[in-house]
Amino acid sequence: MSSAVMDKAEAEAKQPASHLITATFRIRRFNPEVSEEASWEDFQLEIDPKERVLDALHQIKWEIDGTLTFRRSCAHGICGSDAMRINGRNRLACKTLIKDLNPDQPITVEAIKGLTLLKDLVVDMEPFFQAYRDVMPFLVTSGNEPTRERLQSAEDRERFDDTTKCILCAACTSSCPVFWNDGQYFGPAAIVNAHRFIFDSRDEAGEQRLEILNDKDGVWRCRTVFNCTEACPRGIEVTKAIQEVKRALITRRF
Amino acid sequence: MATDIETTGSSAPYGPDNPAPVIEPPRARTSRTPKTTRTNFELYGWLFMRLSGIVLVVLVIGHLLIQLVLDGGVSKIGFAFVAGRWASPFWQTWDLIMLWLGMLHGANGLRTIINDYAERDSTRLWLKALLYTATVFTILLGTLVIFTFDPNIR
Repeated sequence: MSSAVMDKAEAEAKQPASHLITATFRIRRFNPEVSEEASWEDFQLEIDPKERVLDALHQIKWEIDGTLTFRRSCAHGICGSDAMRINGRNRLACKTLIKDLNPDQPITVEAIKGLTLLKDLVVDMEPFFQAYRDVMPFLVTSGNEPTRERLQSAEDRERFDDTTKCILCAACTSSCPVFWNDGQYFGPAAIVNAHRFIFDSRDEAGEQRLEILNDKDGVWRCRTVFNCTEACPRGIEVTKAIQEVKRALITRRF
Repeated sequence: MATDIETTGSSAPYGPDNPAPVIEPPRARTSRTPKTTRTNFELYGWLFMRLSGIVLVVLVIGHLLIQLVLDGGVSKIGFAFVAGRWASPFWQTWDLIMLWLGMLHGANGLRTIINDYAERDSTRLWLKALLYTATVFTILLGTLVIFTFDPNIR
């Protein structure tokens, strides 16, 4: 018996990489200093399927091709830097496990759409943050500042709890077909962050934010496609939040 | 891959000092970007689509039932059948409301589709001009026919 256990332990020691699998990562590369065309490039990795796509990107950048460019900061699903289009869906690379992606087939990774592609997986986020700034994502109050914190009941806090989870990763906005197509549509993320203050009982600028979103490029361009709700890595019910803003606008008018 | 660049004979060999142009989406805010409208037009348009849709479900399904299913189906439709129905103000009103709501509902839907999909401003302008002309023409012609219909015409 003891020898059998020994053999098993030896066998495991001889094959330390038995838990690794071979996965192909098909990454859409773009480098304006080399070519004006973006192209797909395949990388084969030996990797643990329980690792995340971000770990695979690290492995490629650190061990295979140092020119691969992508954003990431905290690598734990909070900072919202590494939203990218993985197997055709917007996700956070740091929250997507390789085993959940069917690694038998090449795993495609590309930059999020609808924003200017700068290099490889890096896009220009400025239009996204411009829309975010436009909805005044800060507390607006009048009167004297209280000496203590501004109190709020648990029910009032619950009203906008869902939209406080946003990490501004742009997965929702860059999955929205109206945002892809044209124009100045604010995009789901900006509306979610407006919702967070419009329904905050302590805030006094809800009317102004509703007026901004009543614009022709505001909430009325939403076609309830639900791409944003599916893309959100934080599980925010984005389309529901947009519909609540629409309802607030209508009930305010009538 | 890097060696391919020279052999393809590209007119502009790109480099760190001469990067390729990036594709800008039409979202950068410039002086030519239309200003905010500050009207409730989109709100009313959105609301109209919902309300007219509900009414049209009743009107259109009723219309299809009467015209195509009940009482002999499509074979009964002729000049006399239409003349008989339009002798009653009820069916005149029904058809008039259906015409107006249907045309405006469809035109507003096409307007949003043009807004979404037309890429250039001139394309958008011409498509909308065509749409509005066709809508106004159809509504006016239909209204004229409903009100001036003469069953004794030969």
